[in-house]
Amino acid sequence: MKDKIKVELRNLTKTFVTNKNDQVRAVDNVNLTINPGEFVCLLGPSGCGKTTTLRMLAGFEIPTSGEIFIGDRNVANLTPDKRDTAMVFQNYALFPHLNVYDNIAYGLKLQKLPKAEIRERVDKILKLMKMEDFALRVPSEMSGGQQQRVSLARALIMESGVLLFDEPLSNLDAKLRIHMRDEIRKIQKQVGISSIYVTHDQEEAMGLSDKIVIMRDGTIQQVGSPREIYQKPVNEFVAQFIGRANILEGTIVADNKDRVSLDIHGVVYETERTTGHGAGDRVKFMIRPESFLIGGKDFTAPVTKSVFMGSHHEYEVELFGKIFEISENNPMRKVTIDVGENLSFSMDPNSIHILEQ
Amino acid sequence: MNNSRKLKLQNELKILANLRNDPALLGVILFTLVLVTFFIIIPLYNILMESFTTDRGISLKNYRDVILMYGNMRILLNTILLGLVTSSISVVVGFIFAYVTTYMKIRFKRMFDFIAILPIISPPFVVALSAILLFGRVGLITRGLLGIKDAEIYGFHGLVLVQSLSFFPIAYMMLVALLQRIDPSVEEASRDLGASRFKVFTSVTLPLMVPGLANAFLLVFIQSIADFANPVVIGGNFTTVAVKIYQEGIGNYQFGTATALAMVLLSISISIFVLQKYYVSKKSYVTVTGKVSRQRDLISGRNVTLPATAVLLFFTFFVIMMYILIPIGSFVKLWGINYTPTLEHYRYILKPKLFKPVLTTTTLAALATPVSGILAMLIAFLIVRKKFFGKSFIEFTTIMALAIPGTIIGLGYVISYNKTYSLLGATIIPPITGTAFIIIMAFIIRSLPVGIRSGITSLQQIDPSIEEAANVLGASSRKVFTSVTIPMIKNAFLNGLIFTFARSMTLVSTVIFLISARYKLLTTTIMAQIDVGKMGVASAYCTVLILIVSVAMLIIKIFVKNISTE
Repeated sequence: MKDKIKVELRNLTKTFVTNKNDQVRAVDNVNLTINPGEFVCLLGPSGCGKTTTLRMLAGFEIPTSGEIFIGDRNVANLTPDKRDTAMVFQNYALFPHLNVYDNIAYGLKLQKLPKAEIRERVDKILKLMKMEDFALRVPSEMSGGQQQRVSLARALIMESGVLLFDEPLSNLDAKLRIHMRDEIRKIQKQVGISSIYVTHDQEEAMGLSDKIVIMRDGTIQQVGSPREIYQKPVNEFVAQFIGRANILEGTIVADNKDRVSLDIHGVVYETERTTGHGAGDRVKFMIRPESFLIGGKDFTAPVTKSVFMGSHHEYEVELFGKIFEISENNPMRKVTIDVGENLSFSMDPNSIHILEQ
Repeated sequence: MNNSRKLKLQNELKILANLRNDPALLGVILFTLVLVTFFIIIPLYNILMESFTTDRGISLKNYRDVILMYGNMRILLNTILLGLVTSSISVVVGFIFAYVTTYMKIRFKRMFDFIAILPIISPPFVVALSAILLFGRVGLITRGLLGIKDAEIYGFHGLVLVQSLSFFPIAYMMLVALLQRIDPSVEEASRDLGASRFKVFTSVTLPLMVPGLANAFLLVFIQSIADFANPVVIGGNFTTVAVKIYQEGIGNYQFGTATALAMVLLSISISIFVLQKYYVSKKSYVTVTGKVSRQRDLISGRNVTLPATAVLLFFTFFVIMMYILIPIGSFVKLWGINYTPTLEHYRYILKPKLFKPVLTTTTLAALATPVSGILAMLIAFLIVRKKFFGKSFIEFTTIMALAIPGTIIGLGYVISYNKTYSLLGATIIPPITGTAFIIIMAFIIRSLPVGIRSGITSLQQIDPSIEEAANVLGASSRKVFTSVTIPMIKNAFLNGLIFTFARSMTLVSTVIFLISARYKLLTTTIMAQIDVGKMGVASAYCTVLILIVSVAMLIIKIFVKNISTE
């Protein structure tokens, strides 16, 4: 097994010129470091630049400016075949005219390795993927999940420095998606290859990553662990994009080095300091639906939506001219409140997160 | 705006710089640019220049002659009239065939597809020749069955018959492809809303097909006005522009008139092609409805399918008869007079001197086939998958070449390459007319666009990420092309090879300008035989030609089937 490799994007920019001669900055001055062996997800809505970034990493797009370091080599202007990367594609991209064995062996054959070694390595990877019985099938004879396993095997066998994933699970059904997600994570940990994974599915990003990169309009909004991204989003966009979030306003009435007191419509909560704001500042903050304490006495509001979801119960209440999303976990044997009735609740002070803007 | 230009240029330069790392790709691009420039652009440019040149310098005299000389104007109108009538008939017949085979549960479907192959593997004048054998002065039907002594097949009506029979398969194949892409659920929706089958046809199917019908009409129109062989063989006193260009250029050495006529014909063809490609094709509704969700319930009522089958079979037998008549005609002594079986025509053409055109044509076609077949796939690959400087130029000219009448290409070659190009006293390009080289180039240029088009169509259906996967696994552009692209578009490659060979063997219009004493071609030899009335000999040659093409088709098929992935 090769050494784990570090990947660095420096001031990476890609500008497309449309047919109407308009310029579109698909990727705008992106700086990012992927540590050796790390699993990083690029997450964002469509058109945020995550796929373009990945395609520049693979070599399918030439950056307008900036550098891409894989290990200590700047590969920004190299063709894909000259880079130490392997890729798993959204639609599997298996060679339709080759069987599973030849699909997986394709890259090794290009390296002109001895036949015996190729056979040994292909057999090993087939075993790792539990696909031994499929070696002689052609892609059209397999299900989507099986095809994606072959696609993963074909990339893994190259033992390249970086593994790139372009929304590899989006064509699979929900159950298989979760299964494959766990499998990818397990195998990645096992072989320890630095991986970059593009997705628009936040659950997938949460389930896979060491580090999530949230992108929007070609720029990086936030880089952090799944926990950081969810609990401490830097701005409203990140807060709204990951999970569900209520964005509200309050006024800071007192602050010290670590903590601030926030007045929310007459109720004062003390919470952790996350920004440079001080007393007297009007700030936006985020609170997740599950961070309300139902039955608390601080607020009372009429319910406008009440839906039982099994694992939790979803409410919407109207307060201060805004709709709040509130969810009650584990609704088993709890009294539910119907539309039109009043719901009383408080906020968990430690779950209040003040936003930068 | 300005900044965008700069950025675009910067992008182009980057792509160009990247090409340096890819010499194979760069080589193909340069080769294609040279090929297109020397064998399409320069000949057309020289025609344009020549058309303005007269004894007294640059003037519009040649065009004035085209417009004012009564003969020329009538020829022009003849050509357009012929195009309109032939296209209308071809589209109607083609649509009936397409509708019946796609919407009805009938037998013999394969046979209907077979008649679409016939015009490809046989020379363009075969139907004309049969028409003469059937309906001419000593025709089997006119004289033999009906006893008409002075039947006249030569002229406008004969030409319309022959062209319609030759070209309706084009419309048929195109319309079948379109009809198959109509989602049956659209028609079911109409049924569900209370429409009768007939109403579904008039209110849904037909309106959906309007752009497709227009498309087919225009494509046949281009073929019809460019046709050279049929008007020569069966046109009689009815002359078309394509024929007139040849007569003026090669017969009278009036290159001024010939080139001016060529420019007029070319502008008509190109305008219609542009209209078809960039306007009518874009109007297609069929693509809007998207993928076909499920199979269509075929009309199976016998009261409908039986008459429909009968009509189609009648037509099909008629078409097949037109082709079968030729081999039959080659085995009888003197058509119309003496139907005694004989091999004398074959003994005649097997004499070494007379058999030489067969060998020459086959050799040259065999040389052109792999070049054109591979090049077509490469160019299609470049156009669909790659970004590079000059791409839109290559794309436009190679696709447009489909619409350039063969006579014009031939005329352009004669004007451009009948002289020595020298620089500082040294010969750069010697005269190449009359050489095998120019004939091979003509074969390539005339078949390349069709190969490119079929390559483009099949590549567009293949997800580019499959090739990207090979690339990222370490395959260079060349390796991607040979190990992944070609195996995936094997069928288009096969069709390209077959088409090139068949087209080269049967080409008349372009090469009639280029043949020499040394390189006599089969098609032109046959036409000369028809001209002097030796129908038996002509038929024997035709039969040999069709045989060679059929055998070659089989060989190519076997060869391509065995393309391994290694």
